[in-house]
Amino acid sequence: MSKFKKNKGRELPAINTSALPDIVFMLLFFFMVATKMRDPTVLVKTALPVVSEVEKIEKKSWVNHILVGPPINKEKSGTAPRIQFDDKFGTVEGATGVQAYIILKKNEHPEAIRDYLTTAIKADKSVKMGMIQDIKQELRKINSLKLLYSASEGEVDE
Amino acid sequence: MARKSRKIPEINAGSMADIAFLLLVFFLVTTTMDQQKGLRVQLPPFPDPTIPPPVVEQNDRNVLEVLVNSGDQLLVERKPLRIDQLTELTKRHIQNEGRLPNFSDSAQAAIVSLKNDRGTSVKRYVQVYNELIRAYNEAREEYSKNKFGRSFKDLPQKGEQAEEVRKKYPMKISEAEPVEYK
Repeated sequence: MSKFKKNKGRELPAINTSALPDIVFMLLFFFMVATKMRDPTVLVKTALPVVSEVEKIEKKSWVNHILVGPPINKEKSGTAPRIQFDDKFGTVEGATGVQAYIILKKNEHPEAIRDYLTTAIKADKSVKMGMIQDIKQELRKINSLKLLYSASEGEVDE
Repeated sequence: MARKSRKIPEINAGSMADIAFLLLVFFLVTTTMDQQKGLRVQLPPFPDPTIPPPVVEQNDRNVLEVLVNSGDQLLVERKPLRIDQLTELTKRHIQNEGRLPNFSDSAQAAIVSLKNDRGTSVKRYVQVYNELIRAYNEAREEYSKNKFGRSFKDLPQKGEQAEEVRKKYPMKISEAEPVEYK
């Protein structure tokens, strides 16, 4: 018994928390840098196919996105797959078409890197290739030849 | 003079951590960690209508014809195939080096031609593409292991050795011009 009593009298030393703000600030800066503030409102559903041999794109700002999939708001936009650029629905051809969008995006970058810009086609796995093929043809017409089929990494599902 | 001797009161930094925590939580919640991942593809340039397409003498044995129909079924060299057999067959094609008569002459000459129907689903197309890339990656990996005793991934990517491996197995996957299949 006496062994236990001895310990009772002793006080635990207070933990020094003066370094806590430093740790928190470190985390804070990490998340500040990693955060991308504005995500365009997603109007179409894009469940990506899962494959094993994916490549990561290093320069995120050099990627332009084209989303293809069935609209999320079925009542308003129907169920047929549609194309989305930034915040709006688009079409394959014409003033709101692929060519117009990619040229607009290209002009935001200095001329020297325009050839390195990649177009990422983020297509829902249920979309038919006909639509993707039309987009591909449009991209070829404006000589925008770097393409990425967006996919998630993992074991190939059946 | 009396003013100078006055001491500035120390700022209490005790709540600094709280403020930082608040900001931290805000950024934690708003962060999206999406990564750009996918299969990288180089499209062929659009054919100029004023210039007739060049006639390419391509030996039939060097071209592995892969066809995906609107029912997402696979036809390789006019024979049906399961998708899990595709990597193996593609590897045999590019590593043939002229041994079997119906596969390629050499790895450099080997071409994989991927054709699809307008009704093929994106999922199956990407999967098939993935299998083809996997075949090339595995062939490169084996070559790199045999030649340099190191995995292709561990070679310096801009170095001569990696360049040699890439030259040995150039990834020639051609996405054909769209065709309507009846």
